[in-house]
Amino acid sequence: MTTELYQRDRWWHPPALTPDYKTSVARSPRLAQLSLQGGVCELTGPTFGHGDIDAIDNNLIVNYAKTGDAIGERILVHGRVLDEDARPVPDTLVEIWQANAGGRYRHKKDHYLAPIDPNFGGCGRTLTDAQGRYHFLTIKPGAYPWRNWVNNWRPAHIHVSVFGTSFAQRLITQMYFEGDPLIAHCPIVKSIPDPKAIDTLIAPLDLNAAAPLDHLAYKFDIVLRGRRSTLFENRPEGS
Amino acid sequence: MPQPLQYLKETPSQTAGPYVHIGLAPAAAGFDIYRRELGTQIAPEDTPGTRVRIEGRVIDGMGAAVKDVMIEIWQADANGIYPHPDDPRHADAAPGFRGFGRVIPDFDSGDFAIETIKPGPVPMKGGTVAAPHLNLWLVARGINLGLNTRLYFGDEDNSADPVLNLVEQDHRRRTLIAEKTADGVYRFDIRLQGDNETVFLDV
Ligand SMILES: [Fe+3]
Repeated sequence: MTTELYQRDRWWHPPALTPDYKTSVARSPRLAQLSLQGGVCELTGPTFGHGDIDAIDNNLIVNYAKTGDAIGERILVHGRVLDEDARPVPDTLVEIWQANAGGRYRHKKDHYLAPIDPNFGGCGRTLTDAQGRYHFLTIKPGAYPWRNWVNNWRPAHIHVSVFGTSFAQRLITQMYFEGDPLIAHCPIVKSIPDPKAIDTLIAPLDLNAAAPLDHLAYKFDIVLRGRRSTLFENRPEGS
Repeated sequence: MPQPLQYLKETPSQTAGPYVHIGLAPAAAGFDIYRRELGTQIAPEDTPGTRVRIEGRVIDGMGAAVKDVMIEIWQADANGIYPHPDDPRHADAAPGFRGFGRVIPDFDSGDFAIETIKPGPVPMKGGTVAAPHLNLWLVARGINLGLNTRLYFGDEDNSADPVLNLVEQDHRRRTLIAEKTADGVYRFDIRLQGDNETVFLDV
């Protein structure tokens, strides 16, 4: 049975127009969005299974290896995908992408002077398990400069994409690393108005999950919109 | 003090940035890594239904094409069934139909094309029927939270659609309708801002 999602807290997410992040100026809608009560079109969403991906896809140290492992600080990024009721979201697709250890992306439009690592693709994907858990082995991405103000640098970050069970839960965000001094100087981070919300994007160092003599670990939990327990029955349909 | 509410907060969004393709469509970024990319085919060739091609551009407030956008599509099959367990009729969905696609424009021109089948009308709880449409989700550099909208077809009867009928101004309603330009071909531009800004949906 399809049940509606909790309303998205638009004061928690960044607004569309954040002038300090210059690209948002011409790309932000100015008119009010049309609010819908959830219907079957948005409460359903694409589903993925183990036939869609391969076991190696969540290991970025080796999933693009040509002559050896990727270069950089070896890390495990792990956590759970939960909903706002703290229920695990099992079997959902988590995809990540990131720069290499030098801060360079493998993209035909990235021309930063840091070198491409021939053994690092920079993307990974996995499905959460029955408890909503996921993990990636990767290398810690480097900070990189970007054209906004004259000397803006992105803090080290990993881009994260999650589906959930409804198209209306679709989310893309970025994970940052505990202790990075660049976080406080980033106009993209600061597009989020509430400092408590920013804190939820900073993954703590998790020594318990580190593997001795192999890799460090960071823990990053992801929360998707929750679902009302009330059923649709007798409810007027908005869409 | 009342008892605390124990809900977690949704993880806040951050822009997908200019390199979203690396993660979600690496071939467009210029490299080959996965056995199979996801969302490259919304409806396989043998899916029942009328094949359609929708051509368009995403345009920013300065009138420029948004060349680094990624559009995700979620749609029902030709009978209006979503291939998802929460659709009451999902057991009858067309075999092999995923209903999901990722559309990347040409990086030089910004032109995109959606190749799929035309979905059927979708019965809603309460007895209304949604006219055939695609659900769209846009992310790009400069977009802080993914934008939802819908694409309807100009050659369908859209008069009873419950979402279109929530849009009060006729010229705004038209921003959600793809116009037929040839047999099986439609035009659909998405304007992020400015004159004829597309209606975006808070779903
Ligand atoms: Fe980035």
